[in-house]
Amino acid sequence: MPSIDQLFADLRAAKRKALMPFVTAGDPDLDFTAAVLQEVVKRGASLCEVGIPYSDPIADGPVIQASYTRALGAKVKLSGILEMLGSTAPKLAAPVVTMVSYAIIFRHGVERYCDDVAQRGVSGLIVPDLPVEESPQLAKVCAARNLSLIQLVTPTTPRDRALRICETSTGFVYYVSVAGITGERRDLPPELLENVGWLRTQTKLPICIGFGVSTPEHVKLLAPVADGLIVGSAIVRRVADAATRPRAEVLREVGDYVAELVAAL
Amino acid sequence: MPAAPTIASPNVPDAAGRFGKYGGRYVPETLVRALEELTVEYDKSRSDAAFQAELDELLKHFVGRPSPLYHARRLSQQVGGAQIYFKREDLNHTGAHKINNTLGQCLLTMRMGKKRVIAETGAGQHGVATATACAHFGLPCVVYMGEEDIRRQKPNVFAMKLLGAEVRPVTSGSRTLRDAINEAMRDWMSSVETTHYILGSVVGPHPFPRIVRDYQSVIGSETIDQCRSRLSRLPNVVVACVGGGSNAAGMFYPFVPHGEVELVGVEAGGRSNQPGDHASPLTYGQPGVLHGSFSYVMQDDDGQTCDVHSMSAGLDYPGVGPEHSYWKDAGRVRYTSCRDDEALAAFDACASAEGIMPALETSHAVAKAMEIARSRTPDEVVVVCLSGRGDKDATEIARLKGVQYG
Repeated sequence: MPSIDQLFADLRAAKRKALMPFVTAGDPDLDFTAAVLQEVVKRGASLCEVGIPYSDPIADGPVIQASYTRALGAKVKLSGILEMLGSTAPKLAAPVVTMVSYAIIFRHGVERYCDDVAQRGVSGLIVPDLPVEESPQLAKVCAARNLSLIQLVTPTTPRDRALRICETSTGFVYYVSVAGITGERRDLPPELLENVGWLRTQTKLPICIGFGVSTPEHVKLLAPVADGLIVGSAIVRRVADAATRPRAEVLREVGDYVAELVAAL
Repeated sequence: MPAAPTIASPNVPDAAGRFGKYGGRYVPETLVRALEELTVEYDKSRSDAAFQAELDELLKHFVGRPSPLYHARRLSQQVGGAQIYFKREDLNHTGAHKINNTLGQCLLTMRMGKKRVIAETGAGQHGVATATACAHFGLPCVVYMGEEDIRRQKPNVFAMKLLGAEVRPVTSGSRTLRDAINEAMRDWMSSVETTHYILGSVVGPHPFPRIVRDYQSVIGSETIDQCRSRLSRLPNVVVACVGGGSNAAGMFYPFVPHGEVELVGVEAGGRSNQPGDHASPLTYGQPGVLHGSFSYVMQDDDGQTCDVHSMSAGLDYPGVGPEHSYWKDAGRVRYTSCRDDEALAAFDACASAEGIMPALETSHAVAKAMEIARSRTPDEVVVVCLSGRGDKDATEIARLKGVQYG
């Protein structure tokens, strides 16, 4: 399992881009989450984002919300998620980052959360409800454990602020494609390419684009300006089928979908 | 984080939106610019005489302020103790304190050049007050409301529609106030460039807890003036109910420097003190993050928000405004809770003794005020923030009592 910095250095040297699938931990159960992580990496994913289910995810659209509700309904606990990560992440040929609300980190304990995920082979954190002003303490704790703390830049972020965010972000910068919540979209904003292109001239950090990315056409369009693309709801929607259909079949479909996107990079 | 203060300061929040260690801004990056703009415009509006004059004019002629301070003589006699006074926010236009905030925030909306308003509502009082203010100014308005609350507050739902607002039912989670806030936030994530979110309580990310407190502080300021001119003294005790805590914050804030006045916040004790049976984060919860703010909250060990219960939709909320957490830790306000059945009994007592039907939310404060008054002498004064009227609750009270309505 390479570090995030090493991964992007290698990808850039090879002139390749990263595909980063998002998977909700524990939907429909943690065994299947582990299987999906292994499958997507086998099919070409370079990084994996594991969503820690949260009861009040205000940045998430209906698909990810529903997956969190199902996972919490099935009594998935952080202790179980950590156990799954411990037995899965160290063996993956791709770094894993957790997408986690600060409500969960704070309750678990900032240092304890970082210790717990670092010890289980997690490489970084995305905390969608912790803007830079509130993040210095967590950033310090992450740095001491070699965890990346990935910050987000959005279409509503003024440019001077985007520069400050890039200064504090580690691993990569998460560029949110739209002002809105997570979820598949047919069309992405026309100014997206220009905005990401501008950010690229301002930072050496890798830039990954997420929110709304779901088709090979999106991937073809965005890959030239980004270091990586993040695909969430489109994966989560497919994985959700595992509750009612043969798991091997669902796993293969998710793998095929990832391979199709990777081929478009 | 700084240590808990020993004396509550009125000079909060700081520039980062902190009330001591509480408050802050735990929101997605997408919302930060709008919150910063709101902070700047709100500050400017405070020193803008024309803005303040327009708001004062509306409060006087549209809302009907100042609201009376009423001596509840028969109730005081029946209780047998201190004199109970009601600060009659129920007599405001739209029947609750909520209009004080929505008019101010609508003026801010127009000042920022935003064209659309969204809001959440629990009991429907904030929804009605927002719909009313939006109708007054001609702003389109969408109100998010949990399905469970739509069921128990039907008159307010219809009123919002009559006033031209769109009411969007929220079917996620517990289908109550907390989920309505989630949905309003999600709408705002996509509409933030053109839409203002009029939050109805002293909760949420900075600067909402400050703005809502300031707009509601007219309650406490008037009460101080009225007590001084009528009684030539300040009250001994001031009591208000606390869900998110807006009427209580507005009532308490001007009293904070008057250390001799006892302040009592009443949370929803629900059915019992067991988890899930009440909505009393200040009494039974612990500090954590919910809806963009660090404050007391009902959470499990993993940081997941717990389901809570109150018969009153306006108090049925697992969090509370950060300034209340600050006042609690500083010992400036004593927080306690009142069960559903105690509040219902206080509703009956108030209706029969005074000819005033308080909202179910408000009934929690009335119950606690009666209990406090009972243990005091007749020369003492207990003021209750009568935050809203109970007409909206008639069908729900009938259901709770098991009687036929209509």
